[in-house]
Amino acid sequence: MGSAMSSEQSGKKIFNFMGARIPATALSVILLVVAIAALAVNGLKFGLDFTGGAQVEVRFSEPADIPQIRGILNEEGLVNPVAVLFGSDTEVLIRTQGAMSDGGEQALSRRLAQLYPAAELVSVDHAPRDRGNYSQSLTFSGLSESDVTDELLPGVYFGSHEARSEAAQVVVLTENSLDTAYTSELLDVLEAKTGSQVELRRSEYVGPQIGAELRDEGGLGMLVALAVVMLYVAARFQFKFSVGAVLALAHDVIIVLGFFALFQIDFDLTVLAAVLAVIGYSLNDTIVVFDRIRENFRKMRKGSSADVINASLTQTLERTFITSLTTLLVLVMLFVFGGELISGFALALIVGVVVGTYSSIYVSCNTLMWMHIVKEDLMPPEKEGSEIDEMP
Amino acid sequence: MLNRYPLWKYLLIISVAVLGFIYAAPNLYPPDDAVQISGSSSGMSVDSAVLNKAEKALENAGIEYFDAEQDGSSAQLRFNDGEAQLHGKSVIADALGNDYVVALNQAPTTPDWLVSMGGAPMKLGLDLRGGVHFLLEVDTDSAIEKRQETSADEMKDQLRDARVRYNSVDLEGTTIVAKFRETELRDQAISELRSEFPQMLFNSDVPGDSDELLFHATLSEAAVREIEQYALNQNLTTLRKRVNELGVSEPIVQSQGRNRIIVQLPGVQDTAEAKRVIGKTANLEFRLEAAPDALVAAKEQFDYQGYPAWLERKVILTGDHVANATTTLDPDTNMPQVNITLDSLGGNKMNHATRSNVGRRMAVLFIEYKTRMNTETNAVGEQIEVPEQYTESKVISLATIQSALGVQFRITGLNAPGEASELALMLRSGALAAPMYFVEERTIGPSLGAENIELGVQSVQWGMALVLLFMIVYYRVFGIFANIALAVNVLVLVAVMSILGATLTLPGIAGIVLTVGMAVDANVLIFARIREELKAGASPHTAISAGYDRAFTTILDANITTLIVAVILYAIGSGPVKGFAVTLSIGILTSMFTAIMGTRALVNLVYGRRKNLKKLWI
Repeated sequence: MGSAMSSEQSGKKIFNFMGARIPATALSVILLVVAIAALAVNGLKFGLDFTGGAQVEVRFSEPADIPQIRGILNEEGLVNPVAVLFGSDTEVLIRTQGAMSDGGEQALSRRLAQLYPAAELVSVDHAPRDRGNYSQSLTFSGLSESDVTDELLPGVYFGSHEARSEAAQVVVLTENSLDTAYTSELLDVLEAKTGSQVELRRSEYVGPQIGAELRDEGGLGMLVALAVVMLYVAARFQFKFSVGAVLALAHDVIIVLGFFALFQIDFDLTVLAAVLAVIGYSLNDTIVVFDRIRENFRKMRKGSSADVINASLTQTLERTFITSLTTLLVLVMLFVFGGELISGFALALIVGVVVGTYSSIYVSCNTLMWMHIVKEDLMPPEKEGSEIDEMP
Repeated sequence: MLNRYPLWKYLLIISVAVLGFIYAAPNLYPPDDAVQISGSSSGMSVDSAVLNKAEKALENAGIEYFDAEQDGSSAQLRFNDGEAQLHGKSVIADALGNDYVVALNQAPTTPDWLVSMGGAPMKLGLDLRGGVHFLLEVDTDSAIEKRQETSADEMKDQLRDARVRYNSVDLEGTTIVAKFRETELRDQAISELRSEFPQMLFNSDVPGDSDELLFHATLSEAAVREIEQYALNQNLTTLRKRVNELGVSEPIVQSQGRNRIIVQLPGVQDTAEAKRVIGKTANLEFRLEAAPDALVAAKEQFDYQGYPAWLERKVILTGDHVANATTTLDPDTNMPQVNITLDSLGGNKMNHATRSNVGRRMAVLFIEYKTRMNTETNAVGEQIEVPEQYTESKVISLATIQSALGVQFRITGLNAPGEASELALMLRSGALAAPMYFVEERTIGPSLGAENIELGVQSVQWGMALVLLFMIVYYRVFGIFANIALAVNVLVLVAVMSILGATLTLPGIAGIVLTVGMAVDANVLIFARIREELKAGASPHTAISAGYDRAFTTILDANITTLIVAVILYAIGSGPVKGFAVTLSIGILTSMFTAIMGTRALVNLVYGRRKNLKKLWI
């Protein structure tokens, strides 16, 4: 059944994929540069899993309505708030990224904008050591001493305060820290909006879920995985294919990570899993194309390397298209209807699938072209395979 | 040519599908809230007497429970809701006292006939179902005390070496108090020690009683912080290792505040065992037996097999220097022993100490830090639990040093295999820098929120439905085959994950989505090949057979490469990365089976016998 059925005779039009390889190389380079720049400049915006944050334990007098509490926390502008039932249905554990004082700064700025639109909160520092009974020092601009009223810094939250002009600014020392002040303010907000009494049980900083050792192990794991994949592809195909596959893989992962850095989307554990999935997907896509190229190099007697690659890409185009389509169908559904927690995961995979499909054509095959792949590269090692092919 | 499968292949496929259905079935039954009881050391048994005691306590407190059961080593009671469970746990813990570990748990409700076949539900992770939350407090004070104790010993050594005579160097709380006869001696001592102990604040401005001259040495604030930080981090790392060694999948271990650690375990696990091992703070100390003429101040009395044993106060080595520890049976006595490998520094210290003391006896001191909760009445009249810590030390072996010891040696004298393996685990996972005790234990709700999980599950369903629909529209009859195979694939995947006791988390679901994608891909590859062959003019039967054959190498190569990545991620990664890798690996294997063999069986069944097949609906 061998060569009689090769598809070059089926009259199908062969697309000249490799004709666009120079602009495609340029595009990949640009994407990579942007991604690496975004990673270097912005860095990844790690989620709560990686950074840790503040944790507040509260007890409600009525059974707590978790979705409502989550809503309130989001309205308050807390970063990635999590609320979970804790032991009983009246006790709730609230977590947020960063310190509670971040929320406090926001609440203070909101009040400031309302009372004195021209004023600004310039900085937040510890109170000087010699002023033992004060814990926080707030510096405002565009404000006079007499403006610092109970309305701006409510005594119930901040305790006593002392304002003093310094150059064009006002420095206010407060008894309670922004952290403490905001925690009690948040409880009041929860109380007002849920109509239930709220009692503070504990408020503390929590460390990251992922230790540094896990991050290091993860990075090492990636490198080892890449090395073994290179070996396998070199054994099954040829060394040039190894380079192509690994470059495509690195290309996809860097671009997905760069995308998250560029748009400052939270990078949490689920997104990490998605990035791992992108590796699987991208590799799968690349190997399918490589497999056809290997087959065609052995089968097609005529034609340049570019012709063989173009024919292979054309033959696998239907499959590439349909697989990407079905995968994207699931992912788009996840992204649109899956809720905020899955959206990051879905987005990473959507970007990964699109880039992965592109890279299996224009990074992995392009690498073969740059490395001057020729028929002879694939001929000698696979003796048994070709014998079976030739059998009538 | 015809496409036929031998009967055994059909039978294989059908039995895999049936087994898949059976082992996936336990996931349909939600678990009960339960309380688990086990002994505080692994050798202890939990018999019906213990269970009766617990039941009686619950009845007296008027708490409803059901299905009380015990298997000799642990017992379990189920409750109607979380409220009763929480209340029941404290009632049982009060009734049983400190000899037993009482832990919150989630008990599976798998029907007996499924259990008898080894069926168990897949565990849902903390993000999807919640679990048990332990809060531990690290006793950083004792870490500081320990450090000061060592420093005091070192100071004595150094003063002796420098020939500065001192009356005494003692520890009062966390302050080192040194006493001298003359001012010059004291000042000489301070200047001698200051450079060696840069973290110490020396204060000589303290009034001494009678004619003695004193200095106080305390750790600077920064040093205290540093020790606390170190103790917390060291304990975190150790706990992570311990929890992982227990095989608890997808736990969370993180610090809270300056001196607390949160451990969260997903439900349906052996929480009582976890609690016992997590909370166990044990260490080893190697000390020489005190010479008979040693000063009382330099020796300490311990219990050794019921007899008093006098050991030197000075510690040769602690468990921190153990690099590896394993358990075997002592071939001579058939008793369990622990084989210990020290790190190089530890090896040097051990060698140095034993070389000059051949013929003397060395003791292995096993120290366990324990906490009991005492119920006290506070000022407001509420009953509160106050932790009280105490240590239990016992000499587990006292043997004559035959020759200088090196990096490797063994410890015998342990009573039970359970005790030996626990000691080995504890030494292997690293010592705790400071003792810890439980301050709180709660169940915790899912971190993702029911509505988010609902949304997620729904969108996966819709996505899957679209894919199934697309496959039918695009590949018609073959699309139906692929869809049936896909359904079986998910079923078998869930079944295998359940059997392996894997924990499903959101990242795990990511793995499933990817494997579904790859399963679809395998079928797309095959069908695209069949279409190609048909277009090239092959007969339907030839096209089917050629399509499957040729797509097979492609699928194999693609899947093996992905599998390599998954296996490496599993071997090197930990926590969530591992979970993802497990799902992906299993998914690749099941999808190869269903997408290639499964669909082929269906194709053969439908088309295989039709000799004059003219057209394929593909």
